[in-house]
Formats: sequence, structure tokens, C-alpha cells
Amino acid sequence: MLTLERLSHIYSPGTPFEHKAVDDISLTIEDGLFLGLIGHTGSGKSTLIKHFNGLLKPTSGRVLIDGEDIWADKRRLHKIRFSVGLVFQYPEHQLFEETVYKDIAFGPRNMGLSAEECDGRVREALRFVGLSEELMEKSPFELSGGQKRRVAIAGVIAMRPRILVLDEPTAGLDPKGRDDILAHLKAYHAENRSTVIIVSHDMEEIARCCQKVLVMARGKAALYDTVENVFRQSDKLKAIGLDIPQITEVFIKLRARGFSVDTSVFTTEQAAAEILRALRETGEGRTC
Amino acid sequence: MPVFIDARNVTFRYGGGDSEDVLKDVSLTIDDGEFVAVLGHNGSGKSTLAKHFNAILLPSGGAVYVSGMDTRDESLLYEIRQTTGMVFQNPDNQIVSSVVEEDVAFAPENLGLPPGEIRRRVDFALKAVGMYEYRDHAPHLLSGGQKQRIAIAGIIAMRPRCVVLDEPTAMLDPVGRREVMRVIKDLNRSEGITTVLITHHMDEAAQADRAVVMNDGQILVDGTPHYVFQNAGLLKSVGLDVPQSTELMFLLRAQGLRMPLAVLTDEECVEVLTRLLSGEFLPEGETGVTPC
Repeated sequence: MLTLERLSHIYSPGTPFEHKAVDDISLTIEDGLFLGLIGHTGSGKSTLIKHFNGLLKPTSGRVLIDGEDIWADKRRLHKIRFSVGLVFQYPEHQLFEETVYKDIAFGPRNMGLSAEECDGRVREALRFVGLSEELMEKSPFELSGGQKRRVAIAGVIAMRPRILVLDEPTAGLDPKGRDDILAHLKAYHAENRSTVIIVSHDMEEIARCCQKVLVMARGKAALYDTVENVFRQSDKLKAIGLDIPQITEVFIKLRARGFSVDTSVFTTEQAAAEILRALRETGEGRTC
Repeated sequence: MPVFIDARNVTFRYGGGDSEDVLKDVSLTIDDGEFVAVLGHNGSGKSTLAKHFNAILLPSGGAVYVSGMDTRDESLLYEIRQTTGMVFQNPDNQIVSSVVEEDVAFAPENLGLPPGEIRRRVDFALKAVGMYEYRDHAPHLLSGGQKQRIAIAGIIAMRPRCVVLDEPTAMLDPVGRREVMRVIKDLNRSEGITTVLITHHMDEAAQADRAVVMNDGQILVDGTPHYVFQNAGLLKSVGLDVPQSTELMFLLRAQGLRMPLAVLTDEECVEVLTRLLSGEFLPEGETGVTPC
């Protein structure tokens, strides 16, 4: 369980550039949750996730894993980095080894695992991201963009983190590349029952994968609830300036026209079911 | 409208010898002033095709004419590049100067224009993309969308007749995407600049006059966005998305409702659903009203 207690982070405090990037956030992220994190550029998302594994130190407040302050004992901080894995934006820019195998094995080796254990971890991670073992001896720089990104994600998964955090894992990919990565993350989450947190600008993506959503606005946690409950508050999302799924927009407009439809739909399947329900209702309403 | 870009039976392969053709006998004409979106998944050949439009790449077979100029004719290279400018995906890779207006002045300076003309063009270009008030700023402190608009201004300052944009919004957040799309549409409408937009965002393609879908080095569908998105099944089979509104129509049709196919925008979708809920499009023999 990851708990944030009145977490705040101020960049360049005491200077003219002082900026409060994270502003008094308290919340709990339960084990095994698939969480989506959305918000504008500059809303504090990246600053927030860098606190989850101690890359940034809170200006005030605490970050607790299983009730234990991660900053209580600095010597243990590097252990936290193994249990909370962070995948940055465009992680393929961070590949550096000669072969895919060595690149993925870098994390587990640093954890002090034996060669044999490392080998198992590498193969397992490759499977989770859907890459063939035939690629292991290739240079990561020979691969396609989507493959490179999966190697980078595998490098973090290979450490078997309890909490996997990915900052815009699908940015810049085409629809197929995006769907591949999301499908593999979903399967990884289902099989491992570990916590997965994705940062995304794409509401439809979040609607499809996540159980809960955290909406950040100006450094604060504006909303933190189940996907259904968050999308139900489309007025609030729009006020923050976030894009809501096209289909949700359509249903809000239908309701404004006087049709009694549920506006908390965000996938096309839900929309079709809701339209069919409304159709049956009008049909029945007209019977004598 | 006169033809501006004319690609005739273009084939292209990277490297030499036995590598596979990335473009396979592609023929396409784009009219002066047209706004064309080119769609396709990674590896479909869409960027390779676009790079033929200002002679970054030359066809292995066939020919490309830009405003009548054969791109294979090296003596025309400078003129072709001034006629058709290119904007790429990553804004950080396209900015050369540490001051916004100097960056925009880079191309006109290289064209050897007199200082007064450079000033006029830079001011015009920055106003056109809505970045005039940032002319003294440092580009690296701007947002992605702002940087991309500076990159577009740098092209506009050359006074090109055509702009080719290769996934200009792929690395931007929703706000940045909207800013850049607004600028692209404005320049097409008000300045009549021929626009080729490579994208895999369907909502962006829906705003163009015409959408061309590439797959496996060939043109799969070519027509108005409404026409192209009617083929939702086909688009999905080649790894592309369709707008949620279009997909909803398909799901409802699968339930036997006689929904129209060409529904792209939320307004169109609201209209069609309103008619559905008022008793239209119901399956044959069903009126939606159970008789007494």
C-alpha cells in the first residue's frame, strides 16, 4: 500500500522561481490497483510520481509504503527503487547496452541477483511485454520504435517491482503500437496482481484500462475515484480543461436535449448498451 | 484547381539491392490549396511518401512533380524546398536558435533576403501562428505546442506554397494538439497553403478536405473523411482507429438498427441518436411504438 500524507513539493523555494508543483496531497493507493493519472502538462503529475520511489524528496509531508516512511532511513532508499519501478516518457531514449538481453538484465544485476536468476527475469520480462527471445542478442538500436519502448519497459519489469509506474507509455505510438502496449500491461497486471500506474492524456485509454483515476490540477488531487465516478463528473473535468471521451460528450448533449440517458458512458460498448436500453424504455413507454 | 503535387507510379526502397519496396507504385495528385490528411500505421509508408514531396527522398521508380518541377532534377532542389516546407514530429529537433524570432528568421536569412523583408516575414509568420508576443523568448522554455508553432512559423517565413507536416502533434498534450491544429487549418483557409498532414489521430484527419489511407506501401482508400471512415472495418483491420461516434454506429448496426455510416463528429452523432430515439432507423417492421 502506497500512502501519501499531506505531500507537497516546491521547486526552487525562496527564489523568484519558486513553484509549488505538488500541493498538499493525501491519498492511499491500494495494492493491486490499476490507476490512471491524468492532468494538464504542468499539473504536477511527473513531480508526483517521482516521489513514489524517492527520486524527489517531499518539501513537506510523507510517502509511506506499507506504513513505513520511505525517507525514514536513507540507507534503505535504494531498496525502495527496486520495489517501485518508474518508466519515464520516451524510455527508449535511455537504452544503452549492446544487446537487448544486457539492457534488460541491468536492473536485476544491480539488485545483486545471480546470473541464473537474472536470466530468468529477463525471459519473464520479455514475455510480459510480448517480445520474442530471438531479439535478445540484437542491439536495441536495430529495433523499431515500438519494440525499443517495450525493451525499456521490460528493463523495469525485470526488477519485479511491486508498483510499476509508467509516464505516458503510449505517447507517440500509432494505434496498433498503443493497443499492444496496453494489452500487455493489462495482462501483466492481471497475472502479477501488482500495482500499475499509468500517466496518460488519453481519456479513452484510461477508460479502457484503469480501475481508478487520479485527476491532477494545479498541483492538487482534483478527483480521485473509480473510473465511473470520475467520468460522471464531466463538468468538473471540462472545467479543468481536460478532454472527455467523444462518446461521453455525445451523451451529455443527448441528455441536454431531454433524453433520459446515463451520461457516465465512456466506451462505445457502454454507449451502445445504453442506447439500446433507452430505446426499449421509449418503446415500453409508448405501450398503453 | 491546378495540381500542385503529382506523384506518378512511385516506388521506393531504402538502401539498395534486394531490400523490400517501402512504396509500391503509388500515384497521387494533390491540388493547389487542398488540405489532405495521410493516415496509416507505422511502417505503412506514409512518412516515406511525404518525404518525396520536397525531395528529401527521390523515387527509386516513377516520378514526383512539385508545382511542375521534377524532384529528380538537382538544379531545381532549392526551388522545390522553398516551395514545399516540412515540419517534423519532435519540436526539440527543429529549433536552431536561442531566441524565438531568430529561429524563425533562419530560413529567410539563408534565402539571402534584405533585412527589411526578413523582419516583415518573421513578424507575419509569428502572428500567423499566434506566437508574436513570444518573439523575444527562449524556445526551450516554451511548451511543446508552442515550440511546434515556432517550427511552423519558421516554414511560413519562407513563404512556401505547401507545408508537409509529419505527425506534428504526436508528442504534444491535448492543449498543444489543439493549438497546432488550429494554426494548420488557419494557414490552409486564410493563406491558401496546400497542406499535407501525416497523422494517426483520426479526429485530426476528420478536419481535412480529404483523407488518404496508406497500408503496406500502397494507397488503401482515398476520399473525403466521411467516405473514408465509412470503411471502419477496413481501417481497423490495418491497425487504425475510427472516431468513437463512427464505431458506435457500427455496434448499433450489428444490433439490427439501420444507422447511417458516415458519422464522424459529436454533433452528427447527437443528431443521428436523436433521430434514433425518436423512432427512426429501427429494424424493418418495428416502429418503436407498440400498438394498443
